[in-house]
Amino acid sequence: MLPRMLPKASLGEFVEYLMSEGRVAGPVAKGPQFAFETIESPRQIERIRMDYDVTILPPKKYLMPQRETLLRFDGADPAAEQPLVSAEPTVILGVHPYDLHGIATTDAAFSQSPADANYLARRAATRLIGMNIGAYVDEHQFMADMGTVEPPEGGFDLFLTDLGESYYVEVGTPAGSGLADGSGVMTQAGPEDHKAKQDFDARKASQLTKRLPYNVRYLPELLDANYDSLLWDAIARRCFSCGTCTNVCPTCYCFDVQDKLNLDAASGRRQRMWDSCQLKSFAEVAGGENFRAHRAGRFRHRVFRKGKYILQRTGGLGCVGCGRCSRHCVADISILEAFQQIAEETAELEA
Amino acid sequence: MASQAAPQAVPASPYVPRVARLAEVKTFTSQEKFFRFRLEDGQGIEYRAGQFMEVSVFGRGEAPISICSVPGTHDELEMCIRAVGDVTNALHGLKVGDSVGMRGAFGNGFDMDSIAGKDLLFVAGGLGLAPCRSFILGALNDREKFRRVTILYGARTPADLLFREDLDAWAKRDDVEFLTTVDRPDESWTGHKGVITLLFKKIAKVKAADTAAFIIGPPIMFKFAVLEALAMGLRRNNIYCSLERRMKCGMGKCGHCQIRGVYVCQDGPIFSYAEVLKLREGI
Repeated sequence: MLPRMLPKASLGEFVEYLMSEGRVAGPVAKGPQFAFETIESPRQIERIRMDYDVTILPPKKYLMPQRETLLRFDGADPAAEQPLVSAEPTVILGVHPYDLHGIATTDAAFSQSPADANYLARRAATRLIGMNIGAYVDEHQFMADMGTVEPPEGGFDLFLTDLGESYYVEVGTPAGSGLADGSGVMTQAGPEDHKAKQDFDARKASQLTKRLPYNVRYLPELLDANYDSLLWDAIARRCFSCGTCTNVCPTCYCFDVQDKLNLDAASGRRQRMWDSCQLKSFAEVAGGENFRAHRAGRFRHRVFRKGKYILQRTGGLGCVGCGRCSRHCVADISILEAFQQIAEETAELEA
Repeated sequence: MASQAAPQAVPASPYVPRVARLAEVKTFTSQEKFFRFRLEDGQGIEYRAGQFMEVSVFGRGEAPISICSVPGTHDELEMCIRAVGDVTNALHGLKVGDSVGMRGAFGNGFDMDSIAGKDLLFVAGGLGLAPCRSFILGALNDREKFRRVTILYGARTPADLLFREDLDAWAKRDDVEFLTTVDRPDESWTGHKGVITLLFKKIAKVKAADTAAFIIGPPIMFKFAVLEALAMGLRRNNIYCSLERRMKCGMGKCGHCQIRGVYVCQDGPIFSYAEVLKLREGI
């Protein structure tokens, strides 16, 4: 499956073709920021901004919606439960490499036994068309450290790189190959295209430099060494426990499940919705005991999830270095700074 | 980093409960009731001591409840449920013949064969007797596999005693040393008085190296009972407990039951004391 070329002038035609296959979501401007939105009609194609810097929410909302019905129940007949495992064929266009890694992690997490049918149904019906990046968008990103500068192997169907007049299109799966060929707007990449892509990669490598003072392989151990540090309380003092960080994070996937009754007070549905370990009630049990009542404990737990636990449990990265949590934190808490500070703390312990 | 291509086959939804009908209900105390449920689909259920089910009352939600009946493969299971929240209060309102949803059995549970040949010490405080009963019945069902069996049970007052029929049966057995105590006796109480840790002084000396202890009860009771067990010479690897957390999905996905990097619903709820020491979050 050799790389193709897609002229930028043909992008509209390509997206129209994709829309004939199913729902298409792409990056569009939302005020001064960007978000993935469904492209409702061909007229909306011009809203697509493949040159976007970073979206507010990652594309996880398509694979794991904020609210999702797991089953319906009918009060009259308790055995008549209807599981709802539905999936609309979807193409998500313009996914940056770090978000492709985020999806690889949620794929791994929801595939663990017993596998989550709802997530996997959506994932099976979703095609990912990635978009390369050339530089950090701000001081919060650190993809070079987390190894998310390039997309994950097998973690995309197509992957686009902006080479000026055209996109260099790398094919990741047979489905991607099908989309490339079926569209009829792509040609084979030639020697100049391959060279231009290599030049792009060289420029990208010089731009995306490392920001952690240590190799990320030491992150889990550095975290362990700092488990009882006062650092967590020092940072969490200004945390509002608002849950914004978990909302915008590509690898946060904790959820709550609640029953919603219809007006007949008998039938209804069981829904799951995004939840956050940062909210005070997350670890509270009936009877009132709260096993993570203190903000510092909740903050520390999230940093450990991102730097250690998710990786060890699922094999997928717990943090992809996208910077969203830091960028959107109401209290200007930065996970990059936390990862940097643990190295200083450990040095002081040893000294 | 090995990434995952999307799996091709989509499995059946693990969120859909099986239907169980209430076969028997008994009031134990003002807050606790005993329930026996029969699974409607005739498929039976296999479970170990220490495992739990997610019990659904459609419209209210799901709650994780320990199984308290003898382990094995059965069509029915027993639970002792305290009414503390929406779902458990709804369960208390059920009548025989009503149905609920059940998912599970979840949790690691405990393989009683792994402690064959040992002396067993069961220490149950309050509602901890419910999951502990599954361990006890499992041991008594295979009595010849174990050497000495000692059961210590403590409740706050005589009115709080659970499973009175079982308590009488265990007291009558000559192959079990069984002691009960209440913190606050009433006039008619003739048994031991005081906290459960006092019972440790009254039992025959155990062979510490060959004893497995199960200590299940409220956190403060667990703390002091473990100290007694350690003082007797029991090893940290041979003292077990059941950790409670907010189990929601029961399948290691929703995240609510996490302690550090561990999901209590999958890696627990049965942990050895050695493991519990590594699981403190303490801030």
